Amino acid sequence: MANRFHRLTLARHRRLLDSHTRYYASQAALASTPVRRLNVPIEFGSTPLLHHTAKTLSKTPGLPSSGASSRLNLFQAVNAALRTALAASDRVLCFGEDVAFGGVFRCTAGLQDEFGKLRVFNTPLTEQGIVGAAIGAAAEGRKPVVEIQFADYVFPAFDQIVNEAAKFRYREGETGANLGGLVIRMPCGGVGHGALYHTQSPEALFCHVPGFRVVMPRSPSQAKGLLLSAILESKDPVIFMEPKILYRAAVEEVPDEAYTLPLSKAEVIKTGADLTIISYGRPLYMCAAAIEAAEKDRPGLSVELVDLRTIYPWDRQTVIESVVKTGRAIVVHESMVNFGVGAEIAATVQEAGFLRLKAPVKRIAGLTTHTGLAYEKYVLPDVARIYDGILATVDY
Amino acid sequence: MRARIFSHARRGLTRPKHRSPPALRSVQHPGIRAGSSLSQRPDAQFLAFPGAVKSAFTSSLKFSVPNEYPAMETYRAVDQHGEVVDRSFTPDLSDDKVVRIYKNMLLISTMDMIMFDAQRQGRISFYMVSAGEEALTVGSASVLEKGDVVFCQYREQGVFVERGFGLDEFMNQLFANNKDPGRGRNMPVHYGSAALNIHTISSPLATQLPQAAGAAYALKMQRAIDPSIPPRVVVAYFGEGAASEGDFHAALNIAATRSCPAIYICRNNGYAISTPTLDQYRGDGIASRGIGYGIETIRVDGNDIWAVREATKKARELALQDGGKPVLIEAMTYRVSHHSTSDDSFAYRAKVEVEDWKRRDNPIARLRKWMEAKGIWSDAKEKESRESIRRDVLKAFSEAEKVQKPPIRYMFEDVYEEMTPELKEQMAELKDHLEKYPGEYELAEFEGGRDSLNP
Repeated sequence: MANRFHRLTLARHRRLLDSHTRYYASQAALASTPVRRLNVPIEFGSTPLLHHTAKTLSKTPGLPSSGASSRLNLFQAVNAALRTALAASDRVLCFGEDVAFGGVFRCTAGLQDEFGKLRVFNTPLTEQGIVGAAIGAAAEGRKPVVEIQFADYVFPAFDQIVNEAAKFRYREGETGANLGGLVIRMPCGGVGHGALYHTQSPEALFCHVPGFRVVMPRSPSQAKGLLLSAILESKDPVIFMEPKILYRAAVEEVPDEAYTLPLSKAEVIKTGADLTIISYGRPLYMCAAAIEAAEKDRPGLSVELVDLRTIYPWDRQTVIESVVKTGRAIVVHESMVNFGVGAEIAATVQEAGFLRLKAPVKRIAGLTTHTGLAYEKYVLPDVARIYDGILATVDY
Repeated sequence: MRARIFSHARRGLTRPKHRSPPALRSVQHPGIRAGSSLSQRPDAQFLAFPGAVKSAFTSSLKFSVPNEYPAMETYRAVDQHGEVVDRSFTPDLSDDKVVRIYKNMLLISTMDMIMFDAQRQGRISFYMVSAGEEALTVGSASVLEKGDVVFCQYREQGVFVERGFGLDEFMNQLFANNKDPGRGRNMPVHYGSAALNIHTISSPLATQLPQAAGAAYALKMQRAIDPSIPPRVVVAYFGEGAASEGDFHAALNIAATRSCPAIYICRNNGYAISTPTLDQYRGDGIASRGIGYGIETIRVDGNDIWAVREATKKARELALQDGGKPVLIEAMTYRVSHHSTSDDSFAYRAKVEVEDWKRRDNPIARLRKWMEAKGIWSDAKEKESRESIRRDVLKAFSEAEKVQKPPIRYMFEDVYEEMTPELKEQMAELKDHLEKYPGEYELAEFEGGRDSLNP
């Protein structure tokens, strides 16, 4: 009775809502039709940052290109890396909130079925507990790969991260104890409607205290190789930040075999002569689009694009060499500009190459405010801002 | 005290060697128990350890085993058939007021169904329904005073509606429009109301709980200074999942040690997103923890609005006794809905489990049965109420949807009381950029468009 009633009323709501929807949808379509050229949705199906066929795999350093590959999105690539690591070493553990059923972003889907409840499991809802337990497990020889549900929720674990994990090797000294194999994974960054607490990208906070390697992959194939490095090869603990908007949006060919990509090594994705853009994670797609537009509008202009990949300790050599070559630099990231990654890079670049610079190092980053729901697209960098920054820097 | 020590050091003054530093001396304050004062009488049956002053000695080496203790009982006044089971219980509400409360439960239930659908259609970005928990939120809020201060988690629309939050206010927040007091900044369901003394909801879990202790302490201090102020309590809502966060433990402990008039109301609905209570804790629910912190605690049937009302009423009295103290209520219920519009709960629980629960017990149906048995409700009234509520919700919905977004300037305001020079510069740069690339942005949706960015 109650159920039938429920279904009935639901159907009625739908009809009523539909009549309103049609009205407002048509109004909205009539309201304005601005001519957009730059701030159009990223074309993930054709962006040069993704391997749309296996043929291009050989162009990216470190990716195996002879074997089979599969089309995976970012969460599937993370899942593939976790599966590979769990199979490769019985020291690997996966845990966190809602990890057992696959995690809210599906990164751990199927892993408990395959590797058992001793190695893949749910924890109570406590980030400090998750990270603290992971530190203890790593100190006793396991390789815990733990998930913090959103980067916005990592802060209860900050004491464990800053005062414990980051200082662990230093504090232990000659005992040799260390946390190699500990990986703290977390989805980060904007998706358009996450507002204050499902949008943040707190990498700069982790970079301020040395001890962790802080990594952010740009794509599925990068994620698999970098995550496997972090779990199986790194002798230092790793914070692995996954741009959550890419979980489903970024799809590409990912080599099936196990492979690793080096940590603390940047990659020059595109070479250029006049300007270097340094970025990481999601904004790289906007940089690529902005570069394409600027190079089209300014025949002869060529811009180099560098993916930092590991944000700290970062690949100073690759970045400095590139900027010394081009004489101009822009740093682009989503997290706030104030006291951010861009500030560190800009300072380092001007110290190393002051006399080679033809323009001030520019930062295009999140504004110095919080990401309010209605304002996110104005707070975070977009293609138009990067495009404008390119022209301003080359015209300086 | 600390400042005094430093000032000595700065001036190069030397403290007399035999005197303890000022900061330590303050510990010897009369009335504060020091460890050395707990001397044992000859042949005492217990030793007054400073950490457990009434623990008797035993010669039996025995660990306490949780399973050997009976589970704490669950209080109910009215059972799932709407029949009164607590013989001492007499309803303290007029028929009209019962009907008003019932309609508030119907209202949030109806609004939930409509807004869940609206999210599915892309009209709003997110929603969380509270199906199954209407009695606990509406019921507890119905016995609070207007001046009481409330902190919510995020599934407490029943508290808002019972305290007088209007449908227009819900909708303005959900659409993040220019009439939303949160200035379009928060995700849907993160309501707040200064008039109703409910702090704006923040997504991180359990952070509101120690804040509630501090707020309760503030109310207590306020009344100590000015006894003419009516006594007030703070009420904090949270889920059983949030109770795993460190902040929950910090909150109960600080509220107990500082005797804060705070009522902690746990909605134990069985799930934290996908995580069932078996993965969340192994003790006797959340209530058993209250005892550990020295807090008066009760577990109630959260689907019984009368039990929730009676327990909260009594909790409020207790919280204001003896100069103030915290109280913990664990209200047992079941999360009938998905966690949110971002969740599909059938990925981790069987649909039949949910259907069974809905059939077995429903807080709205339970009060309806009670009202029908009393002769104050009928099918006709039910039908009429549901229809009129639905009309009201849809009216508020379409009105709020028409309202423009707030001025885009609000993205820079309230970071600090006054905008910093850095923010002013960023605002000016944004304005220049929007003028330079007008085709790349749709500012028409924001009140005042680009002009709101003028200095």
